[in-house]
Amino acid sequence: MGRYFRDVWEGIVTVLIGMKVTWRHLFTPAVTIQYPDVKLKLPERARNRLYVNMDDCIGCDQCAMACPVDCITIETIKSTPDVDLGLTSVGTKKRLYVPVFDIDIAKCCYCALCVYPCPTECIKMTDVYEFSEYNRENLIYNFATMTAAEAEQAKARLAAYDKEQAAKKAAAAAAAAAVKPAPTPAPSPNPDSKT
Amino acid sequence: MKEFLVSLLQNEILVYSIMALVPLVWVIPFALFAVWWERKISAHMQDRLGPMRTGGWHGWSQTIADILKLIQKEDIIPTAADKKLFMLAPYVVFTGSYAAYAAIPFSAAYVGSEINIGLFYIIAISSLVVIGLLMAGWASNNKWSLFGAMRSAAQVISYEIPVALALLAVVMVAGTFDLHQINQAQEGGILHWYIFRNPFLLPAFVIYFVASLAETNRTPFDIPEAESELVGGYHTEYGGMRFAILFLSEYANMFAVSSIAATLFFGGWTSPFGEALSGPWWGLFWFLGKGMAFIFVQMWLRWTLPRLRVDQLMYVGWKVLIPFAFVVVLGVGFWVMVIG
Amino acid sequence: MQETMTSPAGVPGFGRALKTEEMVLNMGPQHPSTHGVLRLEVVVDGEIVVDVVPHIGYLHRCFEKHCEHMTNYQQVIPYADRMDYVAAMSNELGYVVAAERMLKIKVPERVEYIRVIMAEFSRIVSHLIAIGTYGMDIGAFTPFLYCMRDRERVLDIFEQTCGARLLYNYMWIGGLSHDVSPDFADKVKSFCKYFRPTIKELNDLLSYNKIFIRRTANVGVLPREVALNYAVSGPVLRGSGVKWDLRKNDSYSVYDKLDFEIPIGAGKKGTVGDCWDRYMVRIHEMEQSVNIIEQAVDKLPTGDVQAALPKRIRPDAGETYARTETPKGELGYYIVSDGSATPFRIKVKSPCFVNLSALPAISRGAMIADLVAILGSIDIVLGEVDR
Repeated sequence: MGRYFRDVWEGIVTVLIGMKVTWRHLFTPAVTIQYPDVKLKLPERARNRLYVNMDDCIGCDQCAMACPVDCITIETIKSTPDVDLGLTSVGTKKRLYVPVFDIDIAKCCYCALCVYPCPTECIKMTDVYEFSEYNRENLIYNFATMTAAEAEQAKARLAAYDKEQAAKKAAAAAAAAAVKPAPTPAPSPNPDSKT
Repeated sequence: MKEFLVSLLQNEILVYSIMALVPLVWVIPFALFAVWWERKISAHMQDRLGPMRTGGWHGWSQTIADILKLIQKEDIIPTAADKKLFMLAPYVVFTGSYAAYAAIPFSAAYVGSEINIGLFYIIAISSLVVIGLLMAGWASNNKWSLFGAMRSAAQVISYEIPVALALLAVVMVAGTFDLHQINQAQEGGILHWYIFRNPFLLPAFVIYFVASLAETNRTPFDIPEAESELVGGYHTEYGGMRFAILFLSEYANMFAVSSIAATLFFGGWTSPFGEALSGPWWGLFWFLGKGMAFIFVQMWLRWTLPRLRVDQLMYVGWKVLIPFAFVVVLGVGFWVMVIG
Repeated sequence: MQETMTSPAGVPGFGRALKTEEMVLNMGPQHPSTHGVLRLEVVVDGEIVVDVVPHIGYLHRCFEKHCEHMTNYQQVIPYADRMDYVAAMSNELGYVVAAERMLKIKVPERVEYIRVIMAEFSRIVSHLIAIGTYGMDIGAFTPFLYCMRDRERVLDIFEQTCGARLLYNYMWIGGLSHDVSPDFADKVKSFCKYFRPTIKELNDLLSYNKIFIRRTANVGVLPREVALNYAVSGPVLRGSGVKWDLRKNDSYSVYDKLDFEIPIGAGKKGTVGDCWDRYMVRIHEMEQSVNIIEQAVDKLPTGDVQAALPKRIRPDAGETYARTETPKGELGYYIVSDGSATPFRIKVKSPCFVNLSALPAISRGAMIADLVAILGSIDIVLGEVDR
C-alpha cells in the first residue's frame, strides 16, 4: 500500500522535474545554424573534396596505389630527352606526361591516404563539401590538362624515340659483331651422355 | 449575440445554423496555428529553431503550405476497405470533437446553446469520437489499424470515467450543469475561481487534466499514434485531406478539453482582476488565453515525457486516477456539506 | 464423430477450447526502432512474444574479404572505421593494438595517451547515441536532441584533430596521422567541464523519470549465467552484475596507469540485468570516461607521434589475436599473416553480433512494446553486426 502511494508521488515529482528541464531549455538559444544562409567555418585540417595541382604532379602513381578503394586512375607517358617538362614547385624534375588523372569522387572514402605519400604534395583535401551533381558521370573529376591530341603527339614521339633507340642499339650490336672474330663452332653433343 | 442575430434575420433556424458555425471561425485557424506552434515549441525545447523559411518570419505559413500540399495529394482508398465507413470516419471524429463547442461559453455574450445540462452534454457527445476511431480502424481493412483503433478505443473509454468524476466534483460545488452559469459564478477576480475555492478541486483539476491527455491521445498516452511500434495506428491508411481532417479534429479536441478545464476550474471568460479588463471582448480574450495556456502545457508534456505501455496506461487510468477521483468526489461533497 | 476438445487445463467436456493462432510479425528491415537494417521475425501470441528470430546480413560489406586484397596493412584502417561507424576510434584502436602486437612495435607514450583520450571520447559519443535513440524508442523525443548537441562538440574536437567528423583514419600502425592541435588540452578540458552537468540534466529528464523506469525496469532481464553462456560483453554483461572490463581485466595501452571505476548493474530500480541497469551502466560509463580523459590530458607527455611509424609493414608469418573494450563490448581482431605486405586473413569478433544473439533468450514472454525496449538496451550497430 505504501509502495502504491510512493509510486504515485514519484511519478508526479519526476514528471515535474522533467518539465523543469524542458522549460529551462525553452529559453536557451538554439544551437543550430541556418544553413545555407549561415555556414560554419571548417578547421584547416578538414578533409573534404580532393584537389590535384597538376603542375606539381610527377606521375609517380603513389596516390593511386595508396587508395584503398581504387578511385584514382592515372596513365603516364614517358617523355623523350628532347622535351623539358620543367620542375615542380619543390624542385623535382618532371619526367612523365600525365594525360589521364581521374578521381572518381563518388568512390572516394575521404581517408586521405593518397595525400601522405605524394612526394610533391600536389594532391590535397580541400574544405569544399558542397559538390553534389545531378549526373553521376560528373562526379568523375578529370584533373589532367593534356588534350587527347597532345597525348597522341606525346605517344607518337615516344614511339618514334623508342624506334630510334632500338635502331641505334641494333646498329651498335651489328657494328660490335663485325669487329669480333667468327665464333668457334659449338661442340657436338656427346651421344653417350644420356642419364 | 443570439438576440442580435434574431432581430437581424428573423429566421430562427438560420440563426441557429450561424451560431453553430461560429466556433469554426476559431477552430480552423487555431488548428493551423497550433500545428506551427507545436513545431516551434518542440524545436525550442530541443535547442533548435523549427520552421524558419516558409513565409519569412519564423516560418509562420508552414502549416498553410502543408495543407495546400495535402489537398493536392492523391486520394487513396484501399481496395478491400469498407468505402462508406472509410470516408465517413474522419467526419464522425471531427463531429464528436466539434459538437462539444456548442455548450462552451466563449464569452459572456456568446454561447452556442444555452442548455442547462451543458456539462452532461459535453461528456456524452465527446464519446462520439470513439465511434469514429473504431470506424477508421475497421474500415481500413488493415490488421494494424484495427489493433491501434481498438487500443485507442479502450484508452478513451477507460479515461472517460475519471473525467466524469472530476467534473462531477465541480458540479457539486457549482450546483448546476450549465457552463454559462458556472462561469458567471466565478466572476469577481482570481480568488473566486473554483480551483481556489475548494481544496479538493485542485486534485480534481489534476485528475481531469491527466485524463483529458488520454482522451485526446497525447503523450504520455499516445500509444495509438506511436509510429515506432505499430506503424501508424488507426490513421495508417489515411492520406491527403482525410488525414488533415483527422489531424484537425485532434487539435479541435485538444482545445475543447483545454477550454473546459479553463471554464470549470479557472474562471473561463472572467477576468482575474475582477471588474477591471472585463466585458464581452475582454472575456473572449481571457477565455482564449486560458485555453491556449493549457494547450501549451499539453505540448510541454508531450515533448518531455516518454510513452506509457498499453497495460500501464490502463493501470494508471483504472487503478490510480479512478480511486483518487472517488476520494476527491467524497472530499468535495464533505466540504460543500460541512463548510459550504 | 463428435470432437471433444478440451480446455488447456485438461478438463474434459469443457466445450470447444479457445483456438488461438500465433501470428508472425515482421519488424524491419526498415523500421524506426531497429537501429539499422535488421529484420526481426517475431512470433506473437496476441501481445506476448513467443519467439524472436533476428535476420542479419543486410549491411554485409565484405570487410574481411577486402582486407585480403589490400596493398598494405595501413589501408585496412579506413575499412575498420566503417564497422562500428558510431564509435570509429575504438575500432581503429583495436586494430592497431593487434597489428602492433604482431609487428612488436612500441609506440611513444604520447601516442598511447592520445589514443586513450580518443577512445574514451568515442565511448562517450557511442553511449550518447545509444541513450538518445533509446529515449526515442520509448517515446521521449527531447533527450535525443540533447545527446546530439553534446555529440557535436566532441565531433568538433575530432574534426580539429584529424579533419574528419565521423570516420577518421587517425590511428596508424605505429603512431597517429596528425599530432593534436595546440589548443587541444583547453578544448578537452572545457568539454569535460561542460559535459558533467549535461549528464545530470539527462538523468533528470530521462533516467529517473517514473514512466521511463516503468518501461525499462524488470524488462528483458538477462541473468548472470545466461549472459556468461552467451558470451555477451560490454555494458550488456556489466548490466547483469558481472564486473568484467577489458580495460582492467586484460589491460592494454596505458589504461593501467589511469584511475577509473567499472560500473555494474545493481538492480536498483528492478531486477539485476534489466534494461534500466544496462542503460544506467552506459550513463555511469560516460561519467567515468570523462574522468579518464581529464587524467590523460593532464598526464599527456611530449613527444613525436610519428616517431615509430614503420617504413614498410611486413610482419613475420604467424597469427595474433588482440581484444579491446569498445563501447559495445569486446572487439577482437584475429590477424593471420603469411609474411607478405598484404594480410592473409583478418577476422573480427564483433561484440554487437554476439550481444544480438542473446536477444531471443531475453525477450520470450515480453510484449511487443517491450521488445523495442530490449533491442534498444542491447545497443546494436548493424555495421558491426554484419561487417
